Amino acid sequence: MINLKNIHVTFGRGTPLQKEALKGVELTIEEGSFVTVIGSNGAGKSTLLGVLAGDVLPTEGQVTIGTADVTRKPTAARAGLVARVFQDPLTGSCGALSIEENLALAARRGERRGLAAALGLQRRALFRDRIAELNLGLENRMKDRMDLLSGGQRQAVSLVMATLAGSEVLLLDEHTAALDPGMAEFIMKLTQRVVSERKLTTLMVTHSMRQALDFGHRTIMLHGGEIVLDVSGDNRKDLQVEDLIAMFRKMRGETLDDDALLIG
Amino acid sequence: MLSQIAFWGAVELGLVFAFVAVGVFLAFRVLDFPDLTVDGSFPLGAAVTAVLITSGVNAWLAAAVAMLAGGGAGLVTAFLNVRFRILNLLASILTMIALFSVNLRVMGKPNVALINADTMLSPFFGLGLREVYVRPLFVGVLVILAVVFVWRFLESDAGLAMRATGANPRMARAQGVDTRWQIYLGLALSNALVALGGALFAQTNGFADVTSGVGTIVVGLAAVIIGETLFGARGILLALIGCVVGSILYRVAIQVALSTDVLGLKASDLNLVTAVLVAVALVLPRLRRGGATS
Repeated sequence: MINLKNIHVTFGRGTPLQKEALKGVELTIEEGSFVTVIGSNGAGKSTLLGVLAGDVLPTEGQVTIGTADVTRKPTAARAGLVARVFQDPLTGSCGALSIEENLALAARRGERRGLAAALGLQRRALFRDRIAELNLGLENRMKDRMDLLSGGQRQAVSLVMATLAGSEVLLLDEHTAALDPGMAEFIMKLTQRVVSERKLTTLMVTHSMRQALDFGHRTIMLHGGEIVLDVSGDNRKDLQVEDLIAMFRKMRGETLDDDALLIG
Repeated sequence: MLSQIAFWGAVELGLVFAFVAVGVFLAFRVLDFPDLTVDGSFPLGAAVTAVLITSGVNAWLAAAVAMLAGGGAGLVTAFLNVRFRILNLLASILTMIALFSVNLRVMGKPNVALINADTMLSPFFGLGLREVYVRPLFVGVLVILAVVFVWRFLESDAGLAMRATGANPRMARAQGVDTRWQIYLGLALSNALVALGGALFAQTNGFADVTSGVGTIVVGLAAVIIGETLFGARGILLALIGCVVGSILYRVAIQVALSTDVLGLKASDLNLVTAVLVAVALVLPRLRRGGATS
């Protein structure tokens, strides 16, 4: 479960460049729910994700993940609750380490790390099985360095890494944006499977309205640091991309001059 | 062209500096932290050991204390960088400069002699083997122990966290690794190893000198780079073995260069020869890949 209470984030407070990235966001996401987040550039999507991940600590408000108040906890301290796949395939895994070493690192997410060998026989077998499920043939390349993999392969491994250790929430940060259409589709199918199999509470930021409506149970739209749209259930089923834009205009009461960004 | 004694002397010195090479590898390669503290922690290790041994402390204990002192020096650099966000290179230079004074304070004078004192090696001299072999053999065994320790550590869960910190700190934090703590730990470990090298240097050479640290970092880096040139990037163990082999090769090469009359080099040309060797080692892999452009 995720609960955001009156979240304000202000960057560069007291300077001429002061920017209010989030203005009193209230958001509750039930356990096991899959929420997609859309919004144009600068709407506050990344900040929202940062607040949940711990990269951005809110200026005001309270963040609860599961039963824990993590408002002031930095990224590393809350990593046991938060699994994450980044937009840039290079960010989510370690290019200099092998595939299996990356998995070993992720398998201990949020736990104490001791002096026992990171890769015993049992763990190697487990990792190999999990990678084999991807059907990408990577199970025969477990000792290859991660930076030998393509962007799509790295995102696929990142998704496996995100599910090796338990977590309260899964954060997906436009994780298909850097991929070619075919690979993006593969990763989305994989995401769908992983999320439903493990019943993960998931927040997916996406650049594509199509994706936002096709996946998950609920869609929220951010604009100017506020949640301007929040649809789920039957309302959402009937929704088309065009409707979203129309609804967006009505709610904001202003003309949208960057349709292209939203349709993307 | 190289006498037996000169050759084994070079091997011995190479093995002593293998500790420096492994320490430099930890800081520069694993943590991606250009740490010049070693120029101060190497003579610190030598100074602490020499002073303790001359005042009657057991040589093994003295070396252990030297490691603690070196680790402490690493912590200071880490503190300046992590806590106050001083640029890593600058933080380490500050510690290095400060250590020059500290080392003088520790010794009370610019150098301390260890002639006739009981060192870690003393018990092994009377066993029938010639001294010129005993010293490299003894240091070599310690080097193997250190390499195995560092290798096992870097392949443990804790070690993976340290490697991730250097390679991709953002990812490391997302995996729950406190990257600040890793920098403390890594620099302490690195400088403890370097100080152990200093402690062994003092005991094998019979003195500690406050100026013996000058250029330690270049020598360590030279060893790391020579090792990488020879072995390539094929896993942690080979990288560590590369550090040791690189350190020995470096010393032998220097010894050959200095003792070959044809080149007309003098001992005072050491730093120039070192710089040229490091430059060559840096350029070689690039030439092999085809062209030094870009």
